[in-house]
Amino acid sequence: MSVTKDDVRKVARLSRIAVTDAHAEELVGELNGILNWIDQLNEVDVDGVEPMTSVVETTLPMREDVVTDGNIQDQVLANAPRSEDGFFVVPKAVE
Amino acid sequence: MTELTKLTLAAALDGLKAKEFSSREITQQFVDAIEGARTLNAYVVETPEKALAMADASDAKLAKGEGGKLEGAPLGIKDLYCTKGVRTTACSSILGEFTPTYESTVTQNLWDEGAVMLGKLNMDEFAMGSSNETSRFGPVVNPWRRKGDNRDLTPGGSSGGSAAAVAGDLCLAATASDTGGSIRQPAAFTGTVGIKPTYGRASRYGMVAFASSLDQAGPISKTVEDSAILLEAMCSHDMKDSTSLNVETPDWRSDVSKGVKGMRIGIPKEYRMDGMSAEIDKLWEQGIEWLKVAGAEIVDISLPHTKYALPAYYIVAPAEASSNLARYDGMRYGARVDGDNLTATYEGTRAGGFGAEVQRRLMIGTYVLSSGYYDAYYLRAQKVRTKILNDFVDAFDSCDAILTPTCPSPAFAFGEKSGDPVEMYLNDVFTVTANLAGLPGISVPAGLSDSGLPLGLQVIGKALDEAACFRVGGELERAAGFVAKADKWW
Repeated sequence: MSVTKDDVRKVARLSRIAVTDAHAEELVGELNGILNWIDQLNEVDVDGVEPMTSVVETTLPMREDVVTDGNIQDQVLANAPRSEDGFFVVPKAVE
Repeated sequence: MTELTKLTLAAALDGLKAKEFSSREITQQFVDAIEGARTLNAYVVETPEKALAMADASDAKLAKGEGGKLEGAPLGIKDLYCTKGVRTTACSSILGEFTPTYESTVTQNLWDEGAVMLGKLNMDEFAMGSSNETSRFGPVVNPWRRKGDNRDLTPGGSSGGSAAAVAGDLCLAATASDTGGSIRQPAAFTGTVGIKPTYGRASRYGMVAFASSLDQAGPISKTVEDSAILLEAMCSHDMKDSTSLNVETPDWRSDVSKGVKGMRIGIPKEYRMDGMSAEIDKLWEQGIEWLKVAGAEIVDISLPHTKYALPAYYIVAPAEASSNLARYDGMRYGARVDGDNLTATYEGTRAGGFGAEVQRRLMIGTYVLSSGYYDAYYLRAQKVRTKILNDFVDAFDSCDAILTPTCPSPAFAFGEKSGDPVEMYLNDVFTVTANLAGLPGISVPAGLSDSGLPLGLQVIGKALDEAACFRVGGELERAAGFVAKADKWW
């Protein structure tokens, strides 16, 4: 499979990464180089093979559904690019 | 004054305990060494005041005959581990001046045992790279140089800062992390030892995530014994990481000297790659010979899906990265680039904050997970992973551990492989299989190349059998007698 410049634009959009026209052009070649190389996986017969999830057989641990921390507003906001009155300040999301 | 920075971790711990020198003395020597080695660019944050305060606290404990297993030992920490109050960015611009308000479990374990933090070590951005060239802070320079050649070489990646700091005596040992070879390849490039344990041995809590089903913590150190000491302290069961295994951490240190008598060592024929240099092949043969002489039985094995490991990795890892790194949106932490609207802010923040290699992998990951391609790429790759694991399971029917070279070449110069992403990816051809199968793997320095650079041998063990890695690694270390150090030019 290979990608076109439109595919690159779409993937960049889905990845939320702004790309210029020239950069999209470059990426077509780079991504196709990688995708052509990984296409060799099609040679492998995977009929009836389960996809791997974990190397050591294990079940996910459960714990009581209780609050174990909290009241750390200062810590939560400590690295915010912008905050005011205990809130994150973000661009307008709803018109 | 004796150069305490040249000590192994084991020797330093003995000296501290016997009060031959204080933690403050050895810490101060490292602080000075780090200051004098900024050309290597190994540290991206130096924490001398914190280090000396921790050293004093350790000295107070040691004076009373108390203290943990690492009491007073100065270590370097890869910038991938969240350290409370100390900037942590995984060497990415998108994290800005991010300063964690919490501590990773692995580093907390080290502080609980009395270790001293010297600072944060340089790495490829989000651990995506094999040469340290993708770091926001510029590449680490390998203390090693080719014979009669002054060009700067890469220390490998992504744990290049950890490897260079250990090789250059800028810490007793360091934490590192390994997603496709990021501990073992830099260890091989710098004449140091590095081990990636079984997936789930160490907690991933507080480690900046790259590919969650592959990421695993581990140490880089000067000797196999030092790796055993540090790995024992790093591993623990942790409720904060649901993939952390509820298993005991064994006494690996005692395995190092046990020898390999009666062990069966598998030699996988598929690792004899076309175009592999003669010196790598020779080193591998030498390793086989050493183990044979030490009483091991050599067994030919086959890992038929080896050639599919890297392509599978370059689906699984970018896919998981694209999901993990979706959190960097410039809203709650890190750097934000304001745009005209919310989407423009997201897109500008991520275009400005992520480097070229990270962007490339995020797009690959997004593509292989996108509607219509998930089955063809991601699901297929996860099935190929099962086949790779089954190869190992079958092979371990007839052997106890597997011996391979760590890398197809010694350290290379900057720019030599950065033109073609796929060529760079091939560096991890021998290491990536252990990540895909979740198995432990150790790299031990075993000789020098014709150009005078260190070369490593890798030992892969069964799941949870790090002990085999330490036994075989210890034997290789004794047989090789590798004592070469980089000539100090910095």
